[in-house]
Amino acid sequence: MLIKQISIFVENKPGRLSAVTKLLSDNGIDIRALSVADTKDFGILRLIVNNPTKACEVLKEADCTVSLTNVIAIGIHDKPGGLSAAMDCLYSANISVEYMYAFISKSEDQAYVILRVENNDKAVEALKENDFTILKAEEVYDM
Amino acid sequence: MANYWNKEIECMSREDMKKLQDERLVAQVKHVYENVPYYKNLMDEKGVTPDDIKSTDDLHKLPFLTKADLREAYPYGLLAKPLSECVRIQSTSGTTGKRVVAFYTQHDVDLWEDCCARAITAVGGTNEDVCQVAYGYGLFTGGPGLNGGSHKVGCLTLPMSSGNTERQIQFMTDLGATILCCTPSYAAYIGETLKEMGISPDDLKLKAGIFGAEPWTEEMRREIEKSLGIKAYDIYGLTETSGPGVAFECEAQTGMHINEDHFFAEIIDPDTGEVLPEGSKGELVFTSLTKEAFPLLRYRTRDICVLTREKCSCGRTLVKMCKPMGRSDDMLIIRGVNVFPSQIETVLIEQGYAPNYLIEVDRRNNTDTLDINVELTEEQFSDTVKGIQEKEYELAQAIKTILGINPKVHLVSPKSIARSEGKAVRVVDKRKLHD
Ligand SMILES: [Zn+2]
Repeated sequence: MLIKQISIFVENKPGRLSAVTKLLSDNGIDIRALSVADTKDFGILRLIVNNPTKACEVLKEADCTVSLTNVIAIGIHDKPGGLSAAMDCLYSANISVEYMYAFISKSEDQAYVILRVENNDKAVEALKENDFTILKAEEVYDM
Repeated sequence: MANYWNKEIECMSREDMKKLQDERLVAQVKHVYENVPYYKNLMDEKGVTPDDIKSTDDLHKLPFLTKADLREAYPYGLLAKPLSECVRIQSTSGTTGKRVVAFYTQHDVDLWEDCCARAITAVGGTNEDVCQVAYGYGLFTGGPGLNGGSHKVGCLTLPMSSGNTERQIQFMTDLGATILCCTPSYAAYIGETLKEMGISPDDLKLKAGIFGAEPWTEEMRREIEKSLGIKAYDIYGLTETSGPGVAFECEAQTGMHINEDHFFAEIIDPDTGEVLPEGSKGELVFTSLTKEAFPLLRYRTRDICVLTREKCSCGRTLVKMCKPMGRSDDMLIIRGVNVFPSQIETVLIEQGYAPNYLIEVDRRNNTDTLDINVELTEEQFSDTVKGIQEKEYELAQAIKTILGINPKVHLVSPKSIARSEGKAVRVVDKRKLHD
């Protein structure tokens, strides 16, 4: 159920982001989804890729600070009100969302949202009960 | 015309001064040997006895004292008088290990205040003056030292302590302060605040300032003199030797006269410990000739300095030291606080960081800033911005607890701080503190 997201610490210096993405593409890793959270001094680049384990190795070899985080991916076109309905569902279950970001698949005309919550099991349970489509890890990696 | 607090001493012939120093040193070495087992051991190890010290010419035979000795002997190990005869302590800031606690008998307080009185008199202070002391009071020696000196001279003393700048300016204008004593950076800050408040130096009665406790340049002197409409004078001292007043500047403003009837100065090679001839640049070493409770012999200040006996236009014959030109160790003075990079390193290791860091010190708006770049480790990395900012905050708090000043911590990528071969560059001091 859970998807391995790669988080990379990047200092706010010119060229840092592009160096990371180039390193991944040079090693045959495709990026499925991406988001950046940044402050004045640093940013955190969050990636969903086709092969998280390999991506992690490659990045560590290049002295990047990397961590793997379990996140949830849901489809949001299946239900009316999509995203806000999902938020309501988590809110009612008392689960706070640390952050989230959306992405679109190439093949289908479908939007997905990556959710990072404080309690994955509880969140999955709540979302399932309310009939949200939760993507399997392989589905996302092979998208 | 020059003013003296104690003309007999301040203008004493070299010959008479040497005689006085010789007598005082012989008595002091005996006092220390008999009352400070820690120093007696150092002397015994070197095979020196008080009988070997017949004059200041024999001073080089005595062992040095360093900050490490003070640390080891903390708190009472260098005390030479029973506590029943001590009336005061003063202390430096910093951790227990690096903190210096100095003890004073009433005689010691008197001689210290006397030295400060000489400094105030040298800048033209008399009992007609209003002396505003804006150094910190308390454990820090700045406030108590100048406060005592000001009393001795008979100035109307304003014991303001530091901070609350608008109140400082209000007292300065309402009570017509004529002499200001504080750190040079605070003097510059007061100058700027005056300007912002639309107060011209012509509206003030200030004529002189005595500024010490941190390094400052001739350029800062000119700025302060202009913004406050005064003559700005330097003063030198350290808690180990008593506090401010070990040396003071006269009207010539070309270096500080050392109160050498109380403090004997030597210049040594910091690497070999060898005494260097007069006029050489080296590390300043002080021997306290008259202090009773905490009489340090050959204390290495780590300040790099030059001494001169060239005739001074003020008429004083006291030897002069230049402004310290740097340090022979890595100590930084930030906002008047002594900071060793090793203190920061200790906190980093305790908090689980690698000891790879870069300290950046700068001065913005006349206030010292301390930025510490620390390499993030994999274990410390969390994937939220909040998580990293919390880590930075926690580390800054831990460092603040140790140093007493608030740093800005920046977590940076691992291996992003340059490794240099041999001695790593840990500190970048962007302040221009030495000419
Ligand atoms: Zn002079």
